[in-house]
Amino acid sequence: MRARLLWRKGLSWFMLSLTGFCALGSVLVLFFILGYLVVNGGRAINWAFFTQLPKPVGESGGGMANAIVGSGKLLLLASCIGVPIGFLGGVYLAEFGGRTFSFLVRYTTDLLNGVPSIVIGIFAYSLIVLPMKHFSALAGGFALGVMMIPITMRSTEEFLRAVPKPLREGAMALGASKWKTIQRVVIPAAFRGILTAVLLSLARVAGETAPLLFTAFGNRFWSDGWMHPIASLPVVVFTYAISPYDDWHRQAWAAGLVLLVLVLLTNVISRTVLSRGISVTRS
Amino acid sequence: MSATTATVQRAGPAWAPRVFLRRLANGDAVAHLITLIFAAAVILITASLFYILWRDSALPRAAFGWNFLFTQTWDPVFEKFGALPFIYGTLMTSFLALLMAVPLGLGAAIFLAELAPARISDGLTFVIELLAAVPSVLYGLLGVFVVVPFVRTVVGPALENSFGVIPFFKGPGYGVSFLTAGLVLSIMIVPFIISVSREILMAVPVDQREAALSLGATRWESTWRVVVPYARSGIFGSIFLALARALGETMAVTMVIGNVPAISASILAPGYSIAAVIANEFTEATGDLYLQALVELGLVLFLLTFILNGMARLLILATTQKGTAHE
Repeated sequence: MRARLLWRKGLSWFMLSLTGFCALGSVLVLFFILGYLVVNGGRAINWAFFTQLPKPVGESGGGMANAIVGSGKLLLLASCIGVPIGFLGGVYLAEFGGRTFSFLVRYTTDLLNGVPSIVIGIFAYSLIVLPMKHFSALAGGFALGVMMIPITMRSTEEFLRAVPKPLREGAMALGASKWKTIQRVVIPAAFRGILTAVLLSLARVAGETAPLLFTAFGNRFWSDGWMHPIASLPVVVFTYAISPYDDWHRQAWAAGLVLLVLVLLTNVISRTVLSRGISVTRS
Repeated sequence: MSATTATVQRAGPAWAPRVFLRRLANGDAVAHLITLIFAAAVILITASLFYILWRDSALPRAAFGWNFLFTQTWDPVFEKFGALPFIYGTLMTSFLALLMAVPLGLGAAIFLAELAPARISDGLTFVIELLAAVPSVLYGLLGVFVVVPFVRTVVGPALENSFGVIPFFKGPGYGVSFLTAGLVLSIMIVPFIISVSREILMAVPVDQREAALSLGATRWESTWRVVVPYARSGIFGSIFLALARALGETMAVTMVIGNVPAISASILAPGYSIAAVIANEFTEATGDLYLQALVELGLVLFLLTFILNGMARLLILATTQKGTAHE
């Protein structure tokens, strides 16, 4: 009897510490990734990386100014598509939606969120690249924009729902119409949360490579306007990493570090600073 | 809130011009309509996504029919296209990834939900969610320069020496392989399993635990025999979500799987996956049949993840609602 109890207690202790190691291991992976990229990328990064164009194969040095600007342009285009649809759709779900149709929208949004990014790339290719007959920043931005919609929409909905009911009732009691209530009271109260959602979805699509491979394609020079192929950081990381040149590998690490820092910073800042105390009492 | 919605929607007599104009003037109906259009855009986009994949894969569907899914030859020169090696590669790598990620993720989720004090749990979860935000191409980058050499020099030879007799572990390994892709994928999907499972475990009512403990169960017994079974379907949901991620993952897999369209029993052999072949060959596809065969691969991938995600969402929904109903 005593032995049985000891065994059970021992097993409990053993399994529970095992779960602790699982958690610890998962967390250590992040620090490993971070450390490895900082060490390798930090060695390769310099001022020229941010200011110069890529050098031709064989010459060392050069930078990725065009890819950094290209990523920025693509994200701008993506927000033009993702933010309005995501935001207003979220307002509909939280404020106006009936039962059946809202469920349908919500469910579809979740499914769209799970569609592999490469499939979104095919979609943008068939819709924009094929009719135009060439790769363009527009097609890449469209693909990223579609990927932004689900995250923005669902988080907007969640943050709007979190606004306390008495606030709405107060506005309505003062004679405001439903829309005025939403516009002047509910949305401002949830504003920081919504901003967080938009930033997080931007951070997610900023690292997407697959949908850009055959929409924005890539470019070793500056790309003017929106109708030409354009370089972007994640695609550069990919093409440079699988190339056979050591100097390109070095640059891939540098570009990877820049990308990681951008994405993680956006995440950390928006999660800790912006979304802290979303409660209405403060804003 | 829903009461006012109902009046806007069901306002039968409101269509009388005067009432309608008044509603228009205070903006409610207009706002309702505009936001409705944007919400409906999501359904439109998803539907046209499916339509375009279907439309643009008409040629190979007519030429090969169901054989497309069950034949092995992938020969662009003679225009013979069979998707089996890619489907095999996708399923194999995802299976390997789950094999490694599920125990790790579930263990970590149990620790975070059941054992860790709230502050530590929140802190660790924050870090783990950051892990989910790392772009997949960076996992690929680390895969190429860290995991591939590691598998080639350490894991591969070790497996081959101890279990080389079994065809699963037959060498020689080049580093790029199903196993490498599975390893990288497992690292990528662990955060998803952890954060969803943790939330679901935390939704299990406290009285379930208290009842088990008061009957004399140890902490582990109450967790494993009571809490986990209670949250079972939600945990399955989180695993399906992770599986859907793994199936559709492109960049990291493309960079480490070896890109050889062959079916090998050995997990140390190089292979190919659906997403990887699309990424590599789409821009180089010559001829309509070739291109459309790739689009059909995209369609297969789309349907696969669509079904998995649909099931996962329903499972998670069912569990969390059951959980809250008991509170």
